[in-house]
Order: sequence, then structure tokens, then C-alpha cells
Amino acid sequence: MISIQTEDFDSGAEYAALRDSGAGTGAIATFTGLVRDSGDTQDVSGLFLEHYPGMTEQVIAGLIEEASRRWDVRKARVIHRVGRLLLQEQIVFVGVCSAHRADAFAACEFIMDALKTSAPFWKKELSEAGEHWVEQKASDVARGEAWKT
Amino acid sequence: MTDQTLTVRFFARLREELGTEELTLPAEKEQTAGDLLAALASRGGPWAQLQGGQPVMIAINQAMAKPAAAVKAGDEVAFFPPVTGG
Repeated sequence: MISIQTEDFDSGAEYAALRDSGAGTGAIATFTGLVRDSGDTQDVSGLFLEHYPGMTEQVIAGLIEEASRRWDVRKARVIHRVGRLLLQEQIVFVGVCSAHRADAFAACEFIMDALKTSAPFWKKELSEAGEHWVEQKASDVARGEAWKT
Repeated sequence: MTDQTLTVRFFARLREELGTEELTLPAEKEQTAGDLLAALASRGGPWAQLQGGQPVMIAINQAMAKPAAAVKAGDEVAFFPPVTGG
């Protein structure tokens, strides 16, 4: 299930929902991304996140499908927030249920890495000095590419 | 009569710098996304950055596309900076 939303989410409730994925599940991997105080700029006080409604959901659905072909995925959950977010707020949640840990870790990491370089979201850093659209990082592109081999 | 236009959308830094969220343009015959980008860049001013400036990503009907991909009437074409979510 995929949610793009302005409001915060309860990662505990999301984890509880992932646990309810059948007796075949033996592993759950989750990732949560938070707003950090430094990125391209220093003293970041918050972020503004924009997305391309419709395309975003399609891209993420495609990533979950690909993960399900490559690994044992019993259930997957992706939440991404948009709009204005303050320091230390939650931005993104990825959770994957698998039979075994290796598949859960890999599928969760793949979805997160691929989301960063293919899902149409854009971050703007906000600080007292002004606003700055975040630039795509070569390291993120490399992580996304590494899953293609 | 069918609608002979296409919709062009801009996001993030491009949306702000072009001061434009969406355009409706007449659809040309045998036009690619790259042709469309070149035509928009020739408007000059902030539009010039669409060619030879920072990388511009392309989506046609909400799927990533290459500059050589054809665009036709009824299509939704989007131009945006490399994505930075997560």
C-alpha cells in the first residue's frame, strides 16, 4: 500500500499492521527517514517537499512490483510526506515483510534507494538564510544504479 | 474534432524559475520531447536553461522518457529537475 500525504504517520501502527501479514512472515524490515539539520545547506530549519501526483504513486507501485519479483515480499508499505516539514519530522517510511531477513533487508533497501532516484519528489531546504532546492547526489544515483546489476 | 493540443507541466525549481506550472501547446506532427524542449528554450530568458543548462528530466503521460520519445496530441509532457525525495 502506498500513501502520499501531508500529515505525519505513526510508525508503531504501521509496524503493527505489517505484523499482520500471515504466518509465513518471519522478518520485517522498516526504514524511516527524518528531516536533518544539514544537507546541501547548513542550519536547515525544515523542508518543503513537492511531488508529481499520479506519477509518484505509479513509480512506487512499480518499485514494489519489482521488489516482489526479486525477493520474497509478503507485504510492503510506503508512506511519503509532502508539503512543509519541520526539523526531525518523519519524511518517509518503507516497511517490508518477508519469510527471511535477507529478503526483507534487500527489498526495503532497494525500494528506498530506487525511490530516491526515480520517484518524482523534490526537496527544498528552508533556513534563515533562505531556500535551496536540493541537488541530486551522485552517491544516491550510484546506489540506485547498483541495484540494476 | 479531436483536441490537437498537448499539456506541458513543470515542477520544483523549473516551475519556480519559469513562473509556469502548466502550458497548453498546439501539437506538432512528428515532434519529440527534445524538440518540444528546444522550442521552449528558444523563448529565451529563464526558458533558455531548458537546453544546455542543468539536467532536465522528462516524463510523458507520467512515465519517464528520453528526449527522442515522440509526443502527440493529448499527451501530458512534464519537465523537471532530477528527483530528490526520500
